[in-house]
Amino acid sequence: MSLYSPSSPHFHADNSVTQVMLKVLVALVPGIALYVVFFGFGIIFNILLAVITALGCEAIMLKLRKRPVLPFLYDGSALVTAVLLAISIPSIAPWWIIFIGVAFAIVIAKHLYGGLGYNPFNPAMVGYAMLLISYPKEMTNWALTISNTNNYLGPWDSLLVFLKDKHGFDGISGATPLDYLKTQLNLDMTIAEAMQHSSFGLLGGSGFEWISLAFLAGGIWLIKQKIINWHIPVSFLASLFIIALIFYFIDSDRYASPVFHIISGASILGAFFIATDPVSAATTVRGRIIYGAGIGVLIYVIRTWGGYPDAVAFAVLLMNMCAPTIDYYTKPKPYGH
Amino acid sequence: MLSNYGKIAVDSLWHNNPILVQLLGLCPLLAVSSTFINSLGLGIATTLVLIGSNVTVSMIRHKVKQELRIPIFVMVIASFVTIVELAMNAYLHELYKILGIFIPLIVTNCVIIARAEAFASKNDMKSSFIDGLTMGLGFTFILLLLGSMREIIGQGTLFSQAHLMFGEGFREMQVTLISDYSGFLLAILPPGAFIGIGLLIALRNVIEQKRKARLARQPVLPVAEHNQA
Repeated sequence: MSLYSPSSPHFHADNSVTQVMLKVLVALVPGIALYVVFFGFGIIFNILLAVITALGCEAIMLKLRKRPVLPFLYDGSALVTAVLLAISIPSIAPWWIIFIGVAFAIVIAKHLYGGLGYNPFNPAMVGYAMLLISYPKEMTNWALTISNTNNYLGPWDSLLVFLKDKHGFDGISGATPLDYLKTQLNLDMTIAEAMQHSSFGLLGGSGFEWISLAFLAGGIWLIKQKIINWHIPVSFLASLFIIALIFYFIDSDRYASPVFHIISGASILGAFFIATDPVSAATTVRGRIIYGAGIGVLIYVIRTWGGYPDAVAFAVLLMNMCAPTIDYYTKPKPYGH
Repeated sequence: MLSNYGKIAVDSLWHNNPILVQLLGLCPLLAVSSTFINSLGLGIATTLVLIGSNVTVSMIRHKVKQELRIPIFVMVIASFVTIVELAMNAYLHELYKILGIFIPLIVTNCVIIARAEAFASKNDMKSSFIDGLTMGLGFTFILLLLGSMREIIGQGTLFSQAHLMFGEGFREMQVTLISDYSGFLLAILPPGAFIGIGLLIALRNVIEQKRKARLARQPVLPVAEHNQA
């Protein structure tokens, strides 16, 4: 398949799909490393299984669709989908969760729509949303940070949890800060009271905040490398910040601070790595800004008034749906018209 | 004559299947096909209405004015739906409660009005009866296929709640295919129905393509043999 497009622009960057995808993976490394430090080795097994599953499904689907297998396997897009999905899933999830999620993402969300470049939805987030809807219990059971548990899971323990559905391990899981906050708010606690709990750190959830900062660093590196544009992450985070700020001013007892919203959950990961998926995002400059802002607002709305603690996947999927329309209405006028 | 009826049947079941080819009546299909028994209930109800309306429309087809035919067809269909609805309410009350609004909504099921308009209003009573029966069976068959798929994947069982349909003696009919199964909620929820029907349509298209390719390779058969095949 030739990716050469005869219409303008006629200057092409040096980046091939493979390079782009590899750089995205490199940018994820610091965040993943901190993840291991705070939450144990489970995430490593998640990523390994996800990668194996993704490459296997990709190869089978390419074969079925009579496409060349190796060039598409080497492009790394399945790898990125697998890794993004694996780090979105709790590190103590049983192995079959990863397997089902990744297989669904690659087979249904990617290849049934025509493969790389044709999928209207971000495959990793389709897989995530499917898992969250189908297995809410497994998907909301997160590992506790090292500061909150005596049971830090080393490589061996993690493997046991991974394979055997955490029999024999007590006190290793809990709610995420966003989840906890939501429960406490429903019990008529104020934000300040709820934040006394030990799962909260300086800015957001303890542990999670550092991981988010590591993803932020990776994301900024990606922008500097010109792999992603600044428009989507900036408009995403800015809109989330602004809407959170408005409600924080209205009632700071019931609405969490904007900094908390940005640093908690998957906001940073979503802004730099998920929403910027070049296939399913809007592509015009104004379109990207609208697209990012839409995701930010939707995340706040779903987190605050919706049934699920975090909302990056749903917000991204909803805006994926809008992306073609956004692109249509924000088409730049050719010079001279 | 028989071959003519056979052709109607093959048409409705395969070449012109109401769901897989015409994509009609998807709303009740997607909404109630979460288990085998639900599908069976709706399938039988739809088939009965389809037969009744097809036969009646065919009987009155010369008397109905062209301009008035749609409202009259709808009234005929609505009467049959009312009969089926009251009967189900009386004899299959629990199932009736589960299927809920989708029983009265059979009135608006486009398969039925489409068959009345496209077939029964132009053909004699016997062909219309065959058409109604086979179209209903084609609808029911896909409904059952989708229902079993969703039930097996969604909760690992088959024929659960069979007592709603056949009475208490059949409560034991439930087959647990996967024991200790934590369930796959997506298959039970509406997205599972959409994905399932998409896969079924894809499967039919693959089979049809293979069949066409095979027919194209073979020399044209004499008519008699062709009918047997």
